[in-house]
Amino acid sequence: MTAEVMTANEAVQKFVRDGQLVCFGGFTHAIPFSIGHEIIRQHKQHLTVCKETPDLIVDQLLAAGCIDKLMFSWAGNPGIGSLHGFRRAIEHQIPDQIKIEEYTHFITGARYMAGASGVPFMPVTTSVLASDLAKHSDVFKTIDCPFTGKKICLVKAINPDVALIHAQRADRHGNTQMWGIVGSNREIAMASRDVVVSVEEIVDSEVVRRDPDRTVVPGFRVRAVVEDPWGAHPSYSQGYYDRDNQYYMDYENTTRTREGHEEFLKEWVFGVSNRKEYLKRLGTERMLSLKTKSYYSIPVDYGYFGEGEKT
Amino acid sequence: MSTEYAKEFSYQELMVTAASRELKDHEVVFVGIGIPQLGALLAQRTHAPNLTLIYESGVVGTQPARLPLSIGDPTLVSGTYGIFNFYETFAMLLQRGFIDVGFIGGAQVDKFGNINSTVIGDYDKPKVRLPGSGGGCEITGLSKRTIIITPHEKRRMVEKVDFVTSPGYLDGPGARERVGLDSGPSAVITTMGVLRFDEKTKEMYLCSYHPGLSLDQVKQNTGWDLKVSPNARTTDPPTVQEVEILRKHLDPQGIFLKKGVT
Repeated sequence: MTAEVMTANEAVQKFVRDGQLVCFGGFTHAIPFSIGHEIIRQHKQHLTVCKETPDLIVDQLLAAGCIDKLMFSWAGNPGIGSLHGFRRAIEHQIPDQIKIEEYTHFITGARYMAGASGVPFMPVTTSVLASDLAKHSDVFKTIDCPFTGKKICLVKAINPDVALIHAQRADRHGNTQMWGIVGSNREIAMASRDVVVSVEEIVDSEVVRRDPDRTVVPGFRVRAVVEDPWGAHPSYSQGYYDRDNQYYMDYENTTRTREGHEEFLKEWVFGVSNRKEYLKRLGTERMLSLKTKSYYSIPVDYGYFGEGEKT
Repeated sequence: MSTEYAKEFSYQELMVTAASRELKDHEVVFVGIGIPQLGALLAQRTHAPNLTLIYESGVVGTQPARLPLSIGDPTLVSGTYGIFNFYETFAMLLQRGFIDVGFIGGAQVDKFGNINSTVIGDYDKPKVRLPGSGGGCEITGLSKRTIIITPHEKRRMVEKVDFVTSPGYLDGPGARERVGLDSGPSAVITTMGVLRFDEKTKEMYLCSYHPGLSLDQVKQNTGWDLKVSPNARTTDPPTVQEVEILRKHLDPQGIFLKKGVT
């Protein structure tokens, strides 16, 4: 597999198809909004979406009718309140009736880990069996541990068709680097068949090679690299920009009605054709207000083992 | 620490200080946004300087420069000691048994300390769909003890929750052990008082009620016949020093202190 640099539009056309199991990365930090919006603009349908914290982006896919089934473990507007698109879909079947499959965060993480490790299940402690969640899902099984004889819970692996990830940087070969909260990005990338990455910037391979500890996904696993600065707006991107909290608060209010939600999609998704136009709509002043102050790490010495000196 | 009590304080400030006083120095605490993090940060600045704070996003030993807006806020990362990824956080910190105290809240809490944050009404046809477990189920299942934070209203403090998202003592003595869990909730800090659990019956009882409230008011706002400790008294108010730390340093803009408890 070789990664190719392309636009979000091209990446979604090539790698996201109707009916697929699509997994979103990020954990309130680095949510892949620009790729998600492209999925909505291309009217993808019948998707099964897997995301431990669906965040505003999956709420928008739900409102746009892209999703048949949602797998999740915490569906709220982080730090603010409800996801109204999610609630309308479940409480009132608007715009469509969706299927849900829900877990705890740990179970979601364990399912990703099993998928990423190439085994059919991951053993976890029995705590989830104390919850009513276990009654509503068939991804848990209990067995007697062959070593201790005690009960142990097994959770089924997830292997998505495609993982969508936003990161700070990658080289043009898809070697993807993150710092800060990485969530499940490595696990979903290793578990999925295809991986699409959007980044704040594409850097020289030398930049990646000089600090390999930061690599979360190796290039050979990545199909598409999309350079979309501010691609995680309105969520955060460590060292690049802060969360646009006003946007999260406004979303809470404007999407309380179905009409408000449709207006929102018209303005921020269908009303622009790509991230560049989205940023124009956002405006320079607002973007500048979200820039974070710098706080650099101190370089480490990896050691050099070749002939002569390397600088 | 000075024990001069503050003359003026809000219920949020009282709840934060009550949460802070539940924590001991050197403990490892799994916190969430809002009152739990303020309680832990306050404890760190008063009686428990060696507390280790862990957030669900995997950030370990954080000292955030501002109050985080959400669980994955980069302010938790800048200047922290380390970061675990999502799976590792739950597997290596919680499941492995390294968390001394976990904080939890929910839409409903019942008399055995079970938490519902999934649905009001029937699961398949819910009246209100709530966010779900998140880390809650493992926090209450696997922490050595749990502290529950909740508004004290009859519709939220119920005899039996509509859905057990995060296990308390389930249906009473021995129930946790039957599913392979030990420990359990140790305190419930509400807008009206501090409650604990009877060692034998595992039922919640009132330990103290907040200043300005009567015992009857607390009982009337509880969805079952709440038992009261014979030693029940008024909750200790925040001290002058605690209020000052909270208002001047921890939440100067009043982001959480002015917001209602949810």
